[in-house]
Amino acid sequence: MRKLLIRLWEWFDDRTGVGALIGPMLAHRVPPGSTWPYVLGSATLIAFIVQVVTGISLALAYVPSTHDAYASLRYINDTAVLGHFVRALHYFGASAMVLLIGLHTIRTYLFASYKYPREVSWLSGVVLLFMTIGMGFTGQLLRWDDNGVWSVIVGAEQAGRVPFIGKWVAHFVLAGDTVGGATLSRFFAFHVFFIPAVIFGVVGLHLWLVLRNGISEPPRSGRPVDPKHYRDWYHKMLDRVGVPFWPDAMWRDILFGLIVILAIGVLAVVYGAPELLQPPDPSIIYTNPRPDWYLLWYFAVLALLPPYMERYVMVFGPLLIAVILFSVPFTHRGGERVPTRRPWALFWVLCAVLMISTLWNLGVRAPWSPNFDAPALPAEVVGNIGTVGLRGAQLFHDKGCEFCHRIDGYGGQRGPDLSTVGSRLTDNELAIRIMNGGYNMPAFAGTLTHDDTQALVTFLRTRTSDRFTR
Amino acid sequence: MSQSTEGTENPTPESKETLSRKKFFELISFGMGGAAGILLGVPVVSFMVAPLLEKPVVKWRAVGAVDSFSVGTTTLVKFEDSTALPWSGVSAHTAAWLRRVSTTEFTAFSVNCTHLGCPVRWLAAADLFMCPCHGGVYYANGDVAAGPPPRPLPQYDVRVRNNQVEIAASPVPISTD
Repeated sequence: MRKLLIRLWEWFDDRTGVGALIGPMLAHRVPPGSTWPYVLGSATLIAFIVQVVTGISLALAYVPSTHDAYASLRYINDTAVLGHFVRALHYFGASAMVLLIGLHTIRTYLFASYKYPREVSWLSGVVLLFMTIGMGFTGQLLRWDDNGVWSVIVGAEQAGRVPFIGKWVAHFVLAGDTVGGATLSRFFAFHVFFIPAVIFGVVGLHLWLVLRNGISEPPRSGRPVDPKHYRDWYHKMLDRVGVPFWPDAMWRDILFGLIVILAIGVLAVVYGAPELLQPPDPSIIYTNPRPDWYLLWYFAVLALLPPYMERYVMVFGPLLIAVILFSVPFTHRGGERVPTRRPWALFWVLCAVLMISTLWNLGVRAPWSPNFDAPALPAEVVGNIGTVGLRGAQLFHDKGCEFCHRIDGYGGQRGPDLSTVGSRLTDNELAIRIMNGGYNMPAFAGTLTHDDTQALVTFLRTRTSDRFTR
Repeated sequence: MSQSTEGTENPTPESKETLSRKKFFELISFGMGGAAGILLGVPVVSFMVAPLLEKPVVKWRAVGAVDSFSVGTTTLVKFEDSTALPWSGVSAHTAAWLRRVSTTEFTAFSVNCTHLGCPVRWLAAADLFMCPCHGGVYYANGDVAAGPPPRPLPQYDVRVRNNQVEIAASPVPISTD
């Protein structure tokens, strides 16, 4: 039996040359010390493979038509055997891919692996980074519920801000004038054919470059990259101390890949797939569109930008990020690679991580969104304040004040907390603010009667800091 | 031919000739490849770009009898959008906020916030439109009251025919600045 198998392999290898192709790839030498930090790239690839496998499974049942997509998703989610689990795997696989490609980018930047002769590895990696985000956005839309529909519209509105051709780009995104029959098909084609094809091609190039240029050796202080002699030095170093990729280094990639798949599986079991919300009916307007977590930080950017610079940031922000990322290997060709000798690199990574995590945290809470669900203030919060004050408390809810202002933990967070406003402002000042509005606050002069305003002022005057100690 | 070129004048005419043959094959190969590309590319790109060049479609849709809207109220009306396809399903539905300003005058506001297109809600008690995404606020007449929206709520054309209020179903309004 064993002999037969060997003969079979020999026949196959002779006719196809597979051994001669793969052998050197496995045996190629890698620098010693290229250990755990180096597993992030292969882990991203493994997450991508999870996406391909689970994505194909979902495509077996998903119907990419605006009329049927929601029903087919309901079927996958509620009826099909393991359908909900496969959806969950696809969701957490996407999350893993975004997270890992982000970490991989940070690692290669910190180790300055983009320096000579690996510039194209970096450039192709940046393309893959953008493609991954593109997959995340288009994938969220294919979950064709109300959130999917409104995500298309929000995407089209952003595209509309592009100078001169904005309207056309927006119409291209919508595939027409409205969210209609062609919209979903177009996003499906991009998510399932176009972007994956680009990813496959660029991953091929990215991997080929690893073989051609070798992986970057772990950086060491005082050993700068000198483009003139680097290749010579690298090959001599490999001959001297290099270790074969298989299995000396590859076992780590496999172990970490296994951990990634296990983590995706555990998360899928514990948290399940993202819920399908209301049907994809644009006339259902009581909805609260939100991007998936990996774009929540950008959602925060769009909320916090001052209006006058919004247009520039929306259009040129992503463009600027692309230009910066693509220019990195050309502005820093040689020199030191170790992060401790490149304090600015550390600084920029720290800035980016802090910025994104702060924005992300804000995006989760979305304090700028009115809290439409805020209940009327309970009696124990309002207190015993007389009929006029009570009417003011009721108006505080009915007129929408409470959607943006908070009192004793009830209400929205867009405007200032008014729990103790009675100690800060006089009657007159309160009335003026209510009537005239202010930055991010509507003027209520047109909608409140004199009595309404008086009642509100009376109520707000009772919100003093010493009422807690009384 | 090889006989005549033997000599000192031109030692490698043959290689020169093969070179030009080679050049010729190169040129026609590139030419044919390019032609094949154009043959495939023109219809494919045209197919993708064609929807951009179509004129915006506007269709009048009846949304209810005149008397079903009282003066001074703002009501959510639902109707079919202007470019519904046979397989659009519920995604072809759209909505507008219809305000009856007076006995004879109606205003129809788009539900799309001018900031990023999210659906605004009418808060009748507060007389305001509010957007759930980034907190844009509009007054009852559609003017911006607060938040990031760059311009007032867009309006659709409205008319009354046969005692029915009709709204001009139009493309999703896209703010371009």
